[in-house]
Amino acid sequence: MRGNFAKITKILSAGVVAAGLLASASAKAAEDTIKVGILHSLSGTMAISETTLKDVMLMLIDEQNAKGGLLGKKLEAVVVDPASNWPLFAEKARELISKDKVAAVFGCWTSVSRKSVLPVFSELDNILFYPVQYEGEESERNVFYTGAAPNQQAIPAVDYLMSADGGSVKRWVLEGTDYVYPRTTNKILEAYLKSKGVPAEDIMVNYTPFGFSDWQTEVSAIKKFGSAGKKTAVVSTVNGDANVPFYKELGNQGIKAEDIPVMAFSVGEEELAGLDTKPLVGHLAAWNYFESVNTPENKKFIADWHKFIKNNKRTTNDPMEAHYIGFNMWVKAVEKAGTTDPDKVIDAMVGVSVPNLTGGYSTMMPNHHITKPVLIGEIQANGQFQTVSKTPGLVMGDEWSDYLPDSKDLISDWRAPLSCGNFNVKAGKCGGKGTN
Amino acid sequence: MKIFRAIGLTLLFLLTTLSSSGAAEADLRAIIAKFATAADFSETGVIVRELTATGDPAVERPLAALAEGNLYIRAADSMVFVGKEGSDSIQLFDPLSGEAAGEASADDLTQIGVNNTLRRTIRDALGTLTLGSKDPTVRIAAANTMFKTPDAANIEPLDAAIASESVASVKALLEQARGASILVSDKPDADKLAAIALIGARGDRDALSLLTSVEANASGAVKEAATAAIASINSTLALWDAGQNIWYGISLGSVLLLAAIGLAITFGVMGVINMAHGEMVMLGAYTTFVVQQVIRTSFPGLFDWSLVIALPLAFLVAALVGLAIERGIIRFLYGRPLETLLATWGVSLILQQAVRTIFGPTNQEVGNPSWMSGSFDIGQLAITWNRLWILVFALAVFGVLLYVMKRTPWGLQMRAVTANRRMAASMGIKTPWVDALTFALGSGIAGIAGVALSQIDNVSPNLGRGYIIDSFMVVVFGGVGNLWGTLVGAFSLGIVNKFLEPYAGAVLGKIVVLVLIILFIQKRPRGLFALKGRAVEA
Repeated sequence: MRGNFAKITKILSAGVVAAGLLASASAKAAEDTIKVGILHSLSGTMAISETTLKDVMLMLIDEQNAKGGLLGKKLEAVVVDPASNWPLFAEKARELISKDKVAAVFGCWTSVSRKSVLPVFSELDNILFYPVQYEGEESERNVFYTGAAPNQQAIPAVDYLMSADGGSVKRWVLEGTDYVYPRTTNKILEAYLKSKGVPAEDIMVNYTPFGFSDWQTEVSAIKKFGSAGKKTAVVSTVNGDANVPFYKELGNQGIKAEDIPVMAFSVGEEELAGLDTKPLVGHLAAWNYFESVNTPENKKFIADWHKFIKNNKRTTNDPMEAHYIGFNMWVKAVEKAGTTDPDKVIDAMVGVSVPNLTGGYSTMMPNHHITKPVLIGEIQANGQFQTVSKTPGLVMGDEWSDYLPDSKDLISDWRAPLSCGNFNVKAGKCGGKGTN
Repeated sequence: MKIFRAIGLTLLFLLTTLSSSGAAEADLRAIIAKFATAADFSETGVIVRELTATGDPAVERPLAALAEGNLYIRAADSMVFVGKEGSDSIQLFDPLSGEAAGEASADDLTQIGVNNTLRRTIRDALGTLTLGSKDPTVRIAAANTMFKTPDAANIEPLDAAIASESVASVKALLEQARGASILVSDKPDADKLAAIALIGARGDRDALSLLTSVEANASGAVKEAATAAIASINSTLALWDAGQNIWYGISLGSVLLLAAIGLAITFGVMGVINMAHGEMVMLGAYTTFVVQQVIRTSFPGLFDWSLVIALPLAFLVAALVGLAIERGIIRFLYGRPLETLLATWGVSLILQQAVRTIFGPTNQEVGNPSWMSGSFDIGQLAITWNRLWILVFALAVFGVLLYVMKRTPWGLQMRAVTANRRMAASMGIKTPWVDALTFALGSGIAGIAGVALSQIDNVSPNLGRGYIIDSFMVVVFGGVGNLWGTLVGAFSLGIVNKFLEPYAGAVLGKIVVLVLIILFIQKRPRGLFALKGRAVEA
């Protein structure tokens, strides 16, 4: 009995020592990697869009590791699933930063998920790269916005429609899903159109709920609004899933792009993948990237993506390019700062310039937004976009819209000595509208 | 490449020599060749106008091809061809004669880009060119195009076309197009007044659109006549609008009915709060997707039958999954509604994630068969085929289900078990199996609803989520346990919703409907058609 006990203690203590050794070994391994957090929904409503972004991040991290990692260490992706649940985004962000000690986080899609993680990032002082086009009216020290601000998507799109090439549109339907991005974007667009001399009776604004599927009334209202003898166009901020039934109804009711074109801000290659696009040829979308863009960088990106995802039919889209730019900027800033310490990286980020996929360079501006070209594309029968217009130069993201009364006096500059996200140029001090 | 060029050149040579109007054709070819050097859309537009100005009907082929994005430039020799995409190469055709001119790979060709403005220019041009076509439908299309884009220069060709037109309905359309052109010309007011009367009688949105712009630019008697015509069109259109709202309501009602009818069995008849009902609909939709995928790759000729083939399969798949759920989970939870709710909700999450893992998170493309695409008009009412078929289908499913419940022995057993389980059991009915089969039937019906809904909604793992709340609303509103209640409930909710939508907007409309239902349930907790009797109280 006694001997047995001694044996057991011996085995146990040996086990403890071994476990201790293992633990220290894994701690050592952990020190040798730089962790990168990926905060995208892999289940729930937003999984449809966000899963792709998780995959593209894994691909970019793999490629960086194949090139020898960063600062002599390997990168390690930490993937969490906030399940399309906005408060869970904040919880998972906290977990990534406090528990996993990540150096930076790439994530979020909807504005509400971004708003929910903002306090976590400023409290724990980490970095978030946000890859989706959004409504603007925000600039945070800890966030880098690699998607388009309204002036990098909405305003040029409307300008195109007003031009002779776009059909000299005189009457406007602003159709959106009922949440913060369409409401703010439409507010900016309405003010912009009015500043261009469009009378109020030539603008119709309409909102539908998330995931709306019965578009009969809305489409016939558009038809009715379009029969006033003036060239009419629809500017659509309809989100994700509601787009497919919307386009199907447009096609079935015989609204052709030549008569009433629909310009969409949330419809990319991914959304069109679930649709027969033949009846939609000629409807438009405004983005900073299309899969059809013919540059060597883009061809390589698409080939790498197909190889990584092992499916030649998977499309690429604009937010994927935004992550591509954001990740490369972060890598460059870390190399410049010589450390992954968020404070130093944030300072090093401004001014970093990396190639984008459309044949130019994107630069991080002091307002934490980037410069991008704006492309207008027409839907083709094969589900791709054909670029019909491209801004001659790069457009700098404007976080505080010049067309809204409460934000037109605000600017953002995170460089010392100003270091402020909402500096009021009239009052000459930091503060005013916004979260700071 | 060389061989192709040789063939192309020989063909060209043959054609030019054989053609009787060799000189005119050579001119056309010279213009078409310019497409190769056009730098942007506006330059292409200039060439299109130049082609149209020749007035030669032969330009229809290259212009139509250009509008559809099928005009290509061969990189090797800058020749312009009409292309037709084959499996791995593009077949080339001569732009004027339409004769085959070999094939080339996509890398050797540049597609000539078109945008909306160009497509519109081409459509207008083709309108004038196709006015003399032998096919009456083409002439109708031409007349409609010319009506929408009136131009004083159109009056002369229209006069000629009217004189030679033999079909009365086409003639009327041509005269309306001529009237529209007169309104934008500098003809005397008397002519314009006659034109306004003619167009006012047409009475549709295109007429309204035209008259509105005339009213804005005219003065005196013409302006007054236009105003009067607009007022009369508006008053008739208001009536049609009401009719249209009813139709939209019926159509929405049929979708609600389809989504809810399976639930009317699992929740209504059996009393199981089945949160996984929406996922059964989703499984049906994915079955349709798989069927179409197989048809696309192996039997492309059967595509129009894909939905018919998918129906029994979707029923089977959803019914089997339903059977498994009932036998595996729900049968242990009868009489415990809260646990059933949580368990079925869990099942719904598992099914969603399973589909997401197998098919991926993105939408899958489910095509419309040709008989479900497009729309037709009754007066000023545009009715889309897919909505009409879904209505017919919903009513058919309802009829079959009603027959099964009321006229078959199985239906009798189902009703007996619902009314009094113990009594039914003592009469020799195997109640557990009746439960299982009833649940399977409800799930199967949800599956075939998925086949229909795949035609109007996204086929994504979230498909079911959008219908579950509405389905419960319909069943509770209509009266739990009553199929007729589900029918009336679905259509009344649909129509109320669609009448509110134009005034209150989609968001507020939905809220108003919800509030109305809450008030209604307060007043009549058992819904529209409540089941009476002792069994219900138990």
